[in-house]
Amino acid sequence: MKNNRRDFLKIAGVAAIGAAVKPATSAYAIGEQFVPEGQAENKSSVKKATKWGVVIDTNKLTKELMHKISKACHLEHNVPDEKNIENEDHRNPNHEIKWIWGEEFKHAFTDKTDRYLADKFEHIEIPVLCNHCVNPSCVKACPTKATFSREDGIVLMDFHRCIGCRFCMAACPFGSRSFNFKDPRPGIKKHNKKFPTRMKGVVEKCNLCAERLAVGKNPVCMEVSEGAITIGDLENETSDFRKLLKDNYTIRRKQSLGTEPSVYYIV
Amino acid sequence: MLEKALKGSKNYWLLLVALLAIIGIGFATYMDQFTFGLGITGMSRDVSWGFYIAQFTFLVGVAAGGVMLVLPYYLHDFKKFGRITILGEFLAVAACSMCMLFIVADMGVPNRVGNVFLNATPNSVLLWDATVLNVYLILNIVIGWKLLEAERNNVKPAGWLKPLIYLSIPFAFGIHTVTAFLYAGLPGRGFWLTAVLAPRFLASAFAAGPSFLILLCFIVRKFTKFDPGIDAMRALMRIITYALIANVFFFLCEIFTVFYSGIPSHMDHIKYLFVGYHGHAALVPWMWTSMFLMFSAIGLLLFPKIRNNEKAMPFLCIMVFIGTWIDKGLGMMSGGFVPSPMHKYTEFIPTLKEIIISVGIYGVGFLILAVLYKIAISVKVDAE
Repeated sequence: MKNNRRDFLKIAGVAAIGAAVKPATSAYAIGEQFVPEGQAENKSSVKKATKWGVVIDTNKLTKELMHKISKACHLEHNVPDEKNIENEDHRNPNHEIKWIWGEEFKHAFTDKTDRYLADKFEHIEIPVLCNHCVNPSCVKACPTKATFSREDGIVLMDFHRCIGCRFCMAACPFGSRSFNFKDPRPGIKKHNKKFPTRMKGVVEKCNLCAERLAVGKNPVCMEVSEGAITIGDLENETSDFRKLLKDNYTIRRKQSLGTEPSVYYIV
Repeated sequence: MLEKALKGSKNYWLLLVALLAIIGIGFATYMDQFTFGLGITGMSRDVSWGFYIAQFTFLVGVAAGGVMLVLPYYLHDFKKFGRITILGEFLAVAACSMCMLFIVADMGVPNRVGNVFLNATPNSVLLWDATVLNVYLILNIVIGWKLLEAERNNVKPAGWLKPLIYLSIPFAFGIHTVTAFLYAGLPGRGFWLTAVLAPRFLASAFAAGPSFLILLCFIVRKFTKFDPGIDAMRALMRIITYALIANVFFFLCEIFTVFYSGIPSHMDHIKYLFVGYHGHAALVPWMWTSMFLMFSAIGLLLFPKIRNNEKAMPFLCIMVFIGTWIDKGLGMMSGGFVPSPMHKYTEFIPTLKEIIISVGIYGVGFLILAVLYKIAISVKVDAE
């Protein structure tokens, strides 16, 4: 733990430390993420938005594609897999950590269950992930500001501040958050050195690839999704991203709860 | 006064040694959890709060229950409670201490507990719950100790104690209200999302707390020279009767709203608890036991002859205590988390290790209780 933290501080530099002390002040403060010093600031290549949003085109999805998306994200972010744990006694499917994964329509949209659901939804899995809500109930609940909303709408986690009280998990109406019930490292087969591993006892979730946006890259899910997942600026009316929302009817998960999810599904 | 705790009978010391052994086993098991993580418990991604938080919630109620002695004595001049308000205050101290320990036991990274105050976040109910609990604990330590000291020295209690005592009354209601707000403000958890949750918590607290107090009174009467007074105990029985009826009434109000409106996201949790869902029915027998205990206790408590009967009292109190414990210490957590926000049924069953750690924490509480009661009763016996 100590070593990890030291290594991390060396690389993350002043920007991230500033973010940890006073999160959510700068649009490019990305919490304790893994971005080399200076790289996240003042570069034209950095991907910026007033309010980030996600559009998922369910017509372009297949089960295989969903699996590929989930796998790519989890590899990129050192998300452990129970199957990789050597000690069989330590494997527990209930301890699973998930950032983006596929669910049947009825589980993804619990308030839109329909006996006469269109056939096409029988054959696909709906990607579910953190909704990066405009009014996130997890941020409201967190007693330490370990989870916070960035100005550009991304809801982030500071793994070094989280006390593991799991109030955010109770507060999230989407089941988007996972808890490290044990040391996650034995569950990681291929370690991506560009992103930190977590320790036992902290909560984690999708960060919309804040660490990639900061260096001008698109989120991993978008890269591998074959056009099914697009992110963009919800506030930029002339963008291609907004055109997607203008041209298609979209739904969001549990809209009626008022958390204002930023993930839109074309159905 | 502390010296009173150091002089006692063989039985007193045996009790302390037994409690220390239980605490030791609990602590050793906790070290296992500290090393491995919360994975040793029965909690899961879907049921992310379990036995610890349930015990915490129940014990906040026990702590608040002490106010049922303080309020009638100080606000209504109900003299019969004068002799035993100290028992209520010291019970609150023990219960609050257990609450804190359960919170720490439930934390993923307990060494960061200070972050709650270092990074104090006013929009989080947890900050306020930690605050009111700490204040209530300190209030009860100071009030209990100073009142007892005055009694020992045969002087009037200091004048500044009165405002603190009055303050402790709203705080007793406050700790349980704020604890209910931990749950009652979360969108997407239909079981908890109800305004009647805080009143329900209070009602069950004012039934469970005083029943535990009466049981303690019986123990004190049997094993020490101090008699808490049967009249005071009977008055407490009456309070329990009202509180238990209120608790069941609030529950039935909830049942009406949920099932008459027929909103699935509110119904599904209660259905899971009482009838199960496709074989997921771990709590069904428990919930019906709880209902049976509470309803039959009301049936018996309504008759003054039974309620006031010294032989029946302990049994009634045990019924009330167990009935409310199942309701809050088992059903309240699982009921909220099952089904999950994705409408999946992952059940919660505590592991043996989790139970041993919990018993260890109860051991700490009973140790605090034993020492404080020993001091209080020694002072009272000396004074008489």
